[in-house]
Amino acid sequence: SSQQHQEAVHHCASSRCGEDSHGKLYKNDTETQLYSLKMYSIIHIFYNTIYDEDEVLLALAEQLGNFTMLVGGPEYVHCLLPPLESLATVEETVVRDKAVESLRKISQEHSPVDLEVHFEPLVKRLASGDWFTSRTSACGLFSVCYPRVSSTVKAEIRQHFRTLCSDDTPMVRRAAASKLGEFAKVLEPEYVKSDIISLFTALASDEQDSVRLLAVEACVSIATLLPQEDLETLVMPTLRQAAEDKSWRVRYMVADKFSELQKAVGSEITKNDLVPAFQNLLKDCEAEVRAAAANKVKEFCENLPEDNREQIIMTHILPCVKELVSDTNQHVKSALASVIMGLSTILGKDNTIEHLLPLFLAQLKDECPEVRLNIISNLDCVNEVIGIRQLSQSLLPAIVELAEDAKWRVRLAIIEYMPLLAGQLGVEFFDEKLNTLCMAWLIDHVYAIREAATCNLMKLVEKFGAEWAQNTIVPKVLGMANDPNYLHRMTTLFCINALSEACGQEITTKQMLPVVLKMSNDQVANVRFNVAKSLQKIGPVLDSNALQTEVKPVLEKLATDSDMDVKYFAQEAISGMFDFLLSTKLLNFNSLNFIFLLFFLCSFGPSITIPNQRLQDGICHGTLSNQTLKVIACLSQLHTFTSSAASSFVLCGKNTK
Amino acid sequence: MMGDRPSPPRAMSSAPTTSPSVDKVDGFSRKSVRKAKQKRSQSSSQFRSQGKPIELTPLPLLKDVPGVEQPELFLKKLQQCCTVFDFMDTLSDLKMKEYKRSTLNELVDYVTVSRGYLTEQAYPEVVKMVSQNIFRTLPPSDSNEFDPEEDEPTLEASWPHLQLVYEFFIRFLESQEFQPSIAKKYIDQKFVLQLLELFDSEDPRERDYLKTVLHRIYGKFLGLRAFIRKQINNIFLRFVYETEHFNGVAELLEILGSIINGFALPLKAEHKQFLVKVLIPLHTVRSLSLFHAQLAYCIVQFLEKDPTLTEPVIRGLLKFWPKTCSQKEVMYLGELEEILDVIEPTQFVKIQEPLFKQISRCVSSPHFQVAERALYYWNNEYIMSLIEENSSVILPIMFSSLYRISKEHWNPAIVALVYNVLKAFMEMNSTLFDELTATYKSDRQREKKKEKEREELWKKLEDLELKRGLRSDGIIPT
Repeated sequence: SSQQHQEAVHHCASSRCGEDSHGKLYKNDTETQLYSLKMYSIIHIFYNTIYDEDEVLLALAEQLGNFTMLVGGPEYVHCLLPPLESLATVEETVVRDKAVESLRKISQEHSPVDLEVHFEPLVKRLASGDWFTSRTSACGLFSVCYPRVSSTVKAEIRQHFRTLCSDDTPMVRRAAASKLGEFAKVLEPEYVKSDIISLFTALASDEQDSVRLLAVEACVSIATLLPQEDLETLVMPTLRQAAEDKSWRVRYMVADKFSELQKAVGSEITKNDLVPAFQNLLKDCEAEVRAAAANKVKEFCENLPEDNREQIIMTHILPCVKELVSDTNQHVKSALASVIMGLSTILGKDNTIEHLLPLFLAQLKDECPEVRLNIISNLDCVNEVIGIRQLSQSLLPAIVELAEDAKWRVRLAIIEYMPLLAGQLGVEFFDEKLNTLCMAWLIDHVYAIREAATCNLMKLVEKFGAEWAQNTIVPKVLGMANDPNYLHRMTTLFCINALSEACGQEITTKQMLPVVLKMSNDQVANVRFNVAKSLQKIGPVLDSNALQTEVKPVLEKLATDSDMDVKYFAQEAISGMFDFLLSTKLLNFNSLNFIFLLFFLCSFGPSITIPNQRLQDGICHGTLSNQTLKVIACLSQLHTFTSSAASSFVLCGKNTK
Repeated sequence: MMGDRPSPPRAMSSAPTTSPSVDKVDGFSRKSVRKAKQKRSQSSSQFRSQGKPIELTPLPLLKDVPGVEQPELFLKKLQQCCTVFDFMDTLSDLKMKEYKRSTLNELVDYVTVSRGYLTEQAYPEVVKMVSQNIFRTLPPSDSNEFDPEEDEPTLEASWPHLQLVYEFFIRFLESQEFQPSIAKKYIDQKFVLQLLELFDSEDPRERDYLKTVLHRIYGKFLGLRAFIRKQINNIFLRFVYETEHFNGVAELLEILGSIINGFALPLKAEHKQFLVKVLIPLHTVRSLSLFHAQLAYCIVQFLEKDPTLTEPVIRGLLKFWPKTCSQKEVMYLGELEEILDVIEPTQFVKIQEPLFKQISRCVSSPHFQVAERALYYWNNEYIMSLIEENSSVILPIMFSSLYRISKEHWNPAIVALVYNVLKAFMEMNSTLFDELTATYKSDRQREKKKEKEREELWKKLEDLELKRGLRSDGIIPT
């Protein structure tokens, strides 16, 4: 390998001399040359010593793609090719792919001459490599060099690609098939017809389904490149065959790419060919295929030509959709449920009520929770067309059932749709039917549900307002503070944390704060330290008087609690409040209040850690008012700070002046 | 050419067809807590709502017609059996399903006992009947996260017919009248390719039959051998580098085990490449436990054929040595021991250093099963003799790990094992042992001293940094 290295370096040097004779010299060219030569040697040594660690090779393959400037700029970029070439032949797929990616990248930095002299030979070497790895890598490189080489070289590249498409290793054919569309795009139109179509047809009838399914992907690109009149003869026979392939994987691929295919072949062919094909896919014997097709129902219908869209949907698509509603496979039903609501906007009010509504209702009663959830999560589409009232009678039992589902993830999902539902159903319906549910979630035995329920309450209050909260939610939440279960008592605190801001100062100070303060005497330490956390959280909402006379004593007391965690969180709360007050939001908001609070906080004494950095930041950014600076000066005289913090305050104060 | 004959299938009945049990140490059984699923069954993907009931005209039994008419009737019955039924629909065509089953049974008996039935016309009909029945697109796996160790495999619904077709085909291939020279027109590359794809079947019963079928074909059709090997190659490469999913790896490896056994010497470059580029990378796959026994068998077969392959094989294993999966590590250690059991002393010398560096790491693994498995090597007499011969090289590599864990390992059983190993080393070469003990201690002291110095240096640096920072802040006057 050392000899190989010598040769490579020599090769590198000599190629540079060639460039000199082309008159490309510039001022410090010798230096650059030396430098890039060194770089090159380093890469090479590096590459040869650590060749067997795939992780390292991956990083190397990636980095080499960004090395152009480090080897002396685009003129010397070709000296990155040898290491990347060997990386493109390793077995490990991720390394190889990364090497190809880097090669593609640096191919753009080659001059057309360099591309033919250095890059294209590399592609050829890879394409005719012994082991399949190099040939698979080659497949990804044709399209990047093809547009920039002479026509003779182009012919060679086409020939190489053709050979790889019929390689006897399926891995290589797969690689070629996956790059077919991309390669077709850079080819001249006449070669698309003469070369690509035959390759496409051959790959699409390969003996391995893993190759055939990749041809479906290529079909999209190829169809967009051809004029409409050629599609029927050149592409459609293959596409029709793929849609009825004996392997479900191929049919799945067709279903999965259906919208793209539909756009690529245009409305005429869609009407004549794709509609029946789509019907078949919706009725396929494999659930996987049906689910993939069901997923495309809305998109397919949307993209149908408008002149007879409704007629096609009503006579051809809807009957299949109806069958899918009672499919035996839940994935199919759930895929359908996630898009079926979208049909209502396409079909309009009357059709929705007559034809779609029964389907929605059936799916709302489906045995599989995911199906019901998908319907509920898309209610907004229907709401726009027919209003949600039509559904509300059926909706309620569905929601209640989901709310009590044995799987907590299902319960979680329905909670997340509550604010949306509340908005659409209105406050009255909500109070009457859903409020109890929302409160019941607060005492769910799964923490994630209680947490989501808390968050849900906040969103509801944001929607319905503070007054509504005061009347319907707050009393119930506060009532839980006396619950014998400490988890429920903590939920009260979590709710207060979430609701205080939305409820405003009045409710927070008058109703919530007393409860929180009372809970500071709770016998469970977890409750007590959550009191400390809550006080920190709601502090910003409270008025300063309450802070001074009520919060401060309680926090002080908690800071001397026998429990270590309670102590810790109480101190955190105190310094956290300080931190908050220093944020610019309050500084100019109410200076007097601020100064007052600052004094208040400092009275906790030197045991409180002062967020030094934060203060300094505030001062240096000039966001502090003169008044505040004075206060800081005062504070430093009170000797309540640690000495270094105090001195830096003084210093900063001076600086800002 | 005759040298290339495969040995009889290696104990086809006793060979592990189900997954080898791997000791579970992880207390959190992921899926066993799930509701026990009922046995699932599925059918091929080929049925597209047929609707119409199938009608077959019952034919007389073969034994009831005169001998001359039998070949003709045999063909007719074969043609009838080409009809495929939908077994997912348990109610349809019950009568006809039963009729086909009895016909297949009759055909199985007929090819086993009869003579002179195999006319040249029968070959294409047999192959056609078998193809029609067994070749089908396998359905999608029911769940994406199918775990072969935990989940029940999905069983093939049409097995009542399928089993008989396989049975018939095997009897046909094994029949004394069977002539490969005629059959090779029909049992061709395309046929084999489709057969190989079926190895992905989730039904272990089917894979077991396929194994026998492929083995017979490999044995009788010399012209297909290279092709079969190459296609297996492709399946494995795809499995390793693309999908990590193929149900029949263990079965294919089992066949390969007997194929390798029959390789002529010297080994062709193609076979060596297969070992290094395919079999060794197979060790990297996540589901290794499902086919490790068969894989290790293949590897050992290769090494017994050609001991000079030992070095690349062991270096390959060391390259792919598991870094985070202790269960795999235990498997690797097991395989290494199998290799060491057959290693030639001259080969051992070539790889002992990297090998024992790895073993030394395993011995000091905090996972006691890994440490234990590695320490068991010292119960192996042949390995012990190899270690003894090369104690001057191996002892220094192993010593510090052993000495350290004899004091530090949390598991008392491991500590006890390590004491035995140390004792064995002491008896082996007491002078070297004493030397190593002495250097170990002085090394430790030197290390400690270095550590302390390093710490102090950092402290000094921190002080400096602090001072500089304060100075630039103007707190300490410059």
